[in-house]
Amino acid sequence: MSGSKQSLADWTTGAEAIVYQSCTACGARQYFRRSFCVICGAPDPVERRASGTGTIYATSLVCRAATPETRAHVPYNIVLVDTAEGFRMMAHGDNDLAIDDKVTARFARFAGRLVPYFARTKP
Amino acid sequence: MSFITGVGLTAYGRHEGSSSLDLMSKAAELAIADAGLRRNEIDGVLCGYSTVAPHIMLATVFAEHFGIRPAYAHAVQVGGATGLAMTMLAHHLAEAGVAKHVLVVSGENRLTGQSRDASILALAQVGHPEYEVPLGPTIPAYYGLVASRYMHEYGVTQEDLAEFAVLMRSHALTHPGAQFHDPITVADVMASKPVALPLKLLDCCPVSDGGAAFVVSRERTGEIGVRVLGCAQAHTHQHVTAAPALSELGAEIAIARAKAAAGVAISDIRYAAVYDSFTITLAMLLEDLGLAGRGEAAARVRSGHFSRDGEMPLNTHGGLLSYGHCGVGGAMAHLVETHLQMTGRAGNRQVRDASVALLHGDGGVLSSHVSMFLERVR
Repeated sequence: MSGSKQSLADWTTGAEAIVYQSCTACGARQYFRRSFCVICGAPDPVERRASGTGTIYATSLVCRAATPETRAHVPYNIVLVDTAEGFRMMAHGDNDLAIDDKVTARFARFAGRLVPYFARTKP
Repeated sequence: MSFITGVGLTAYGRHEGSSSLDLMSKAAELAIADAGLRRNEIDGVLCGYSTVAPHIMLATVFAEHFGIRPAYAHAVQVGGATGLAMTMLAHHLAEAGVAKHVLVVSGENRLTGQSRDASILALAQVGHPEYEVPLGPTIPAYYGLVASRYMHEYGVTQEDLAEFAVLMRSHALTHPGAQFHDPITVADVMASKPVALPLKLLDCCPVSDGGAAFVVSRERTGEIGVRVLGCAQAHTHQHVTAAPALSELGAEIAIARAKAAAGVAISDIRYAAVYDSFTITLAMLLEDLGLAGRGEAAARVRSGHFSRDGEMPLNTHGGLLSYGHCGVGGAMAHLVETHLQMTGRAGNRQVRDASVALLHGDGGVLSSHVSMFLERVR
């Protein structure tokens, strides 16, 4: 999984940011942190902060959770977002989000952690 | 060449007081007896895993417990695809002469051995530990995401998905070993409790106790042989966030490779055994495998195409959705039922012709796929 040094803090470490990596050799972008480019294998992709905008790819409203901490939040909407930067990520979002909605991220508390939370982009 | 020479299956549901090893032993004993073998003739053991009793060397734990000393033994882990992946490996081991009789076995007291929450939590860990699991997804949520997208792209409705639950339940009604014996309707599925929308309770397979086993041998041991014609795998991703587009999922890749390996076409198939962890899984896989056109699988359920007396009988024991799902053994029940159908031993569930069968398993979130063709030889 990880193994590369992380220069930019993001939501997975408690900071209000979404971070991705960009390959300096082939230009590919990836979300899951690695010490190499998953497309071409080149080392040391650079980390960048994402804009937090994107398009809803899929949604699932969780009504049955498995822990007391997550159960306190039901129902909560798990979404896959295709970001403006070109990578796909999992996040939370408003319960009425639909596929193809344009969305913008903020951050919310969930089960004691900070998570990315998407709502429709205001026109 | 290799043959499935014997099969064993327990009832699925509650086996209060039975351990995973108990359930594995029971299924193994049935399979070995069915093959007409003695347990000391088993020289290879492949087993799955137990989430209730995890162990780094389950195959030798089992072999010691069962009282055999195989020449080849280890566990295999590919989630729901494990049963068919083990069968594929056993086939190659037998063909290569590594073992003469490979016992493929799995069993788990997943229902009574731990809480349902513990099961759901353990399974949700197939998600990415940093980028997915902190968001509180469950296995139904991973498949709920896939379902929402599939429904959006191909115009499939929740009522369409419900048809698959109703079909599997109607099949389970005729099997005494199935976990569920109450008939259900599309309206029942639609009214069942929301779990991870668009999936509701009756769109989801249950958690069960149970065990399943079979023997894969170089030579047939009975009059009717069930031969492995060919098989193949495809692994495109682990996490749903990293899954390829719906049109590039692994089932289509695996089935294309298996067709080439077996030298058969979809039109040759007479019986289908397809992984059905959720209604969406079954709908998608049927269409990916070419057993129905895109968005058309539900219409084929409604027309009786996949019923016991239809053109392509499917999971006549009731599948994971209604026979039950005890982990690795879950999808192994599909192969046991296929074997019974191919050898004319399915009793009141017997189909007219099961001479060539297609089996397909999926692990993770449509991550790992195994396709396999079996042929009856006399």
